[in-house]
Amino acid sequence: MTVFVIRRFLQSTAVLAVTAVIVFIGIYAIGDPAEMLISPDASQAERAQVVASLGLDKPLWEQFFTFAWNALHGDLGRSFVFNRPSIALIFERLPATLELTLTGLVFALVLGIPLGLLSGLKPDSATDEVIMTGSIFGFSLPSFWQGMMLIMIFSVWLGWLPSTGRGQVGEFLGVHSSLFTLDGLKHLILPAINLSLFKLSLVIRLTRTGVRETMPLDFVKFARAKGVSEKRIVFVHVFKNILIPLITVIGLELGSMLAFAVVTETIFAWPGIGKLLIDSIMRLDRPVVVAYLLVIVSLFIFINFVVDVLYSMVDPRVRLGGAQ
Amino acid sequence: MTPVLEVRNLSTHFMTRRGVLKAVDDVSFTVGQREIVGLVGESGSGKSITGFSILGLVDPPGRVVNGQILFNGGDLLKMSPTAMRTIRGKRIAMIFQDPMMTLNPVLSVGTQMIETVQAHDRVSRAEARARSRDALGLVGIPSPEERLDSYPHQFSGGMRQRVAIAIALLHRPDLIIADEPTTALDVTIQSQILFEIKRLAAEFGMALIWISHDLGVVAALADRIMVMYAGRIVEAGQVDGVLSEPRHPYTSGLLSAVPAAVPRGEPLRPIPGFAPSPLSRPSGCAFRDRCARATDICATEPMLEIAAGREFRCFHPHLWSAA
Ligand SMILES: Nc1ncnc2c1ncn2[C@@H]1O[C@H](COP(=O)(O)OP(=O)(O)O)[C@@H](O)[C@H]1O
Ligand code: SF4
Ligand SMILES: [Mg+2]
Repeated sequence: MTVFVIRRFLQSTAVLAVTAVIVFIGIYAIGDPAEMLISPDASQAERAQVVASLGLDKPLWEQFFTFAWNALHGDLGRSFVFNRPSIALIFERLPATLELTLTGLVFALVLGIPLGLLSGLKPDSATDEVIMTGSIFGFSLPSFWQGMMLIMIFSVWLGWLPSTGRGQVGEFLGVHSSLFTLDGLKHLILPAINLSLFKLSLVIRLTRTGVRETMPLDFVKFARAKGVSEKRIVFVHVFKNILIPLITVIGLELGSMLAFAVVTETIFAWPGIGKLLIDSIMRLDRPVVVAYLLVIVSLFIFINFVVDVLYSMVDPRVRLGGAQ
Repeated sequence: MTPVLEVRNLSTHFMTRRGVLKAVDDVSFTVGQREIVGLVGESGSGKSITGFSILGLVDPPGRVVNGQILFNGGDLLKMSPTAMRTIRGKRIAMIFQDPMMTLNPVLSVGTQMIETVQAHDRVSRAEARARSRDALGLVGIPSPEERLDSYPHQFSGGMRQRVAIAIALLHRPDLIIADEPTTALDVTIQSQILFEIKRLAAEFGMALIWISHDLGVVAALADRIMVMYAGRIVEAGQVDGVLSEPRHPYTSGLLSAVPAAVPRGEPLRPIPGFAPSPLSRPSGCAFRDRCARATDICATEPMLEIAAGREFRCFHPHLWSAA
């Protein structure tokens, strides 16, 4: 385990370094932020002064090493637009996105696993048909369209739920989240559903396939031959085997959910990092974009680490630390 | 003594898309207390399905369509699923063919044993664990206490089969159905396991149905032998008698394909042809197409003949001077 953590840490550092280089060069190629920041009628001297203060007059490699040196000291640069540390901007917005993503994920799991079990245990029944048809919609309708339909039905027609913004944020045990106020919850429901519908369909399918593949195996029959109850067979013998593919895919998907939050946050005007990213790209606010990508990559790495640990807990055949 | 198990006219069919598949067709036999009965036949003859039918473990589209399975006098086929569950693993246990597949890969051996104890007896976890440990010791697994915490992939095939045997022994059942338990193992390990099961069955007074496609294995182990062909039992009797003086041409055919049963210098003669597809068996004797003794009458159903403790279904059985 210790070897695994150390190795993983070194790998992650390398990944982060490479990402930093790619992102820095990529964003450099997009355009000159000075064009956006300086008013067209500024004098040549004013322009030169702004460019120098942002460090934009230096050659690319020098800009990169300044950035890298500062980054190593925990400073990812200041936003050109807000003139505040970019990392602070991101950490301000990150909770909103995490809250949205995790609520969506929990929703997909809490609903998807039972529905998948129901489907898989009674294949080709009416229940199965209904669930499978539903999941096809979840898969095939585009996320933004689903989002607009949700707004149309629940906000415009029924008037039950608000359609924009994050509601009131409550505090519980030092954690700030809209999960802790009624207003916050109301605001959270539609975007969370929007973000999770695709994953919900995916979880249903994965669970169903897992059940269908596991039930005919010899060890299930052997468990029956031992007199073990059907409940225990499904919830212990079969379920623990299904968890393996489920954890793998969910781990990967959690990352894509964070990224896809951009779409949902735009539709529902949710003040998360996705929206910040779009705004920053529009304004060529380099430090924020770079910081965003580095934070997202770090999150990916962290999620992968958690997945591997969970994986080794569920599947005894997997040993952390790789092949001996 | 009343028999432990009495199977009467058991038929188990699979309702497949291509028609009704008669996997087990009008099978009757008894197993006495402490008796070891060998059930032999080629692959696909219906041996496993016979075993699963007894335990009520036939999966759809298969179904027991007819018969009685009297276990200690009560008909298992009339029991509710709940009542059946209290028999499975408790009074009748089963050991499967492939030890690599019978244990759940993600649960520890201890968990899989303890759940078997607790499925039937209301005992504490510690007590169930102690009983599991003792059972592992009984089947010759070294340091059983530590092995309880191991996972199946940490055992060899032979050791896994020992674990399966230990699980079958947990409740000292009246009957164990062993479905080719040594087929997937190395030859040396085969004989160890064989010897082990025979010893334990005798020690605990358990009856045993030993399913195998290998006549040699059954000869070494069983009191009685039943030969199955195309879903039917075509010959049954005491092992010595059946092997030395087979009445049914299929039995003698099997024997001339077994190296140990053929005198030195004589060639092995496998039975020509293949078993008929279970979906389209000919009328009459199903062995007809492969039988050298067949005549026109074999196109009608041969009845079961019982003579001197021997049963067989054949119009032209082998005759032996002593018989
Ligand atoms: N799930 C199933 N569906 C359809 N046919 C089956 C199924 N299981 C077994 N059978 C058929 O039943 C017959 C007997 O099978 P089995 O009892 O497993 O033979 P064996 O003597 O090798 O143990 C075979 O012809 C097999 O094709
Ligand atoms: S009944 Fe006829 S075909 Fe069948 S085994 Fe006897 S002799 Fe052969
Ligand atoms: Mg079989």
